[in-house]
Amino acid sequence: MSKKKESNFEESLNRLQEISNELESGSVGLEESIKLYEEGIKLAKICYSTLKDAELKVTELKKQLEESIR
Amino acid sequence: MSEILSVSDITGLVKKTLEEKFDDINIVGEISNFKAHVSGHWYFTLKDSGAQINCTMWRGLNNYVFFTPQDGMKVIASGKITVYPPRGSYQFDVRSMRPAGIGELQAAFEKLKQKLSDEGLFSADLKKPIPKFPKKIGIVTAIDGAAFQDMKSIAARRYPVVELVIASCKVQGEGAAEEIVKSIDLLNQQTDIDLIIVGRGGGSLEDLWAFNEEIVARAIFRSNIPIISAVGHEVDFTISDFVADLRAPTPSAAIELSTPNMDDLFGYINEFSYYNSQKMWEIINDYKDDVNSVISSYGFRLPQDFIKNKSQTLDNIFYRLSNLVGNKFNYEKNRLGILEEKLKAMNVDQVLKRGFVYLKQNDKVVGRKNEFFEEKDFTLKFYDGDIKINVEEKRK
Repeated sequence: MSKKKESNFEESLNRLQEISNELESGSVGLEESIKLYEEGIKLAKICYSTLKDAELKVTELKKQLEESIR
Repeated sequence: MSEILSVSDITGLVKKTLEEKFDDINIVGEISNFKAHVSGHWYFTLKDSGAQINCTMWRGLNNYVFFTPQDGMKVIASGKITVYPPRGSYQFDVRSMRPAGIGELQAAFEKLKQKLSDEGLFSADLKKPIPKFPKKIGIVTAIDGAAFQDMKSIAARRYPVVELVIASCKVQGEGAAEEIVKSIDLLNQQTDIDLIIVGRGGGSLEDLWAFNEEIVARAIFRSNIPIISAVGHEVDFTISDFVADLRAPTPSAAIELSTPNMDDLFGYINEFSYYNSQKMWEIINDYKDDVNSVISSYGFRLPQDFIKNKSQTLDNIFYRLSNLVGNKFNYEKNRLGILEEKLKAMNVDQVLKRGFVYLKQNDKVVGRKNEFFEEKDFTLKFYDGDIKINVEEKRK
């Protein structure tokens, strides 16, 4: 579950940047702008809570390593 | 005549003499013809300007040598002389070995560096980009080392979204280089590692030597996953640093180089929320302006003016019409009133004409006996005129 969030984080952030650029360019219509803006706000919220709630995960490959040495 | 010995006898004697006499010796010399056999044994020659001696170092013992010997390296080897009767040869059976001086390691380092550089292992064109937002970072270091603790705490502070996958290994001493290689290869077998950090904390040149080994350099080179080398302190440079896609001065710095800072990200998100809200208002206002300017444009004014004109005409017509209707109404109303009056008058006149009289007292018609006041003046109304009867005056 948290894995999905992780994999989305970079994409969300990139999308946020894209939205920012599109709004900045002024090349999209009003309705599209509003849609983009709403999407952006949603993404920003998700990113924010993902960061806030994240806890560092550490896994060890030791056992597999030992097997592969044998 | 002295005793006649067989070849085997004399060889046996030589063997006994040499092996007893040279059971525990140290020899300084330069390595040449070094071969690491697939069996794990090492074969090489130690030489100086005047002589050379064949050497063997058995697998199991050579594990304890922290460096891989290279031709031209001056070493001090400890061991014993052994004789091999089938060939009638003697050799030096090496038990342990160390560089003759720190300069030897430096020289070996420079030599390997030159060799790998010539082969193109350090080529800038082959460096892989380091991902900006890694999901999983593979760590090749000792799991109980200070370096790993530092990396964990910095990752937790900077970018806890990331997952650290540690492939723990020895980072110094016997077999360290081999373990490092295995960890790197193992991480490359995983499908979801975005980046590998290979490193360890500070130590002596000897401690860091595993990262100067050719097999480590080649494992880093063949890795499909980008690798950051982070060995020792700022001042320590290893062969790994040169082959890796990026060199970090320390393990902590490696995490900093490969993860975004959470505070920056919060800043970015906040900035986005603020800036884009502003932008959104701007866009909306721009459109408002556009709409207003279109509405007030000549093209849009024309129909408006047309409507205004027509509306005025309509008002005029209505005014005239209502006047007309009003006048007619009033006229008819007046006529009706006159007719009504006439009608009323005619009725009474008809009766009076026939000779009847009616009586008015206080401007009221007196129609009944009990409405009549004897003491008050009254008027008699005839068809052809009135007669006023002044009762009050007569009384006086």
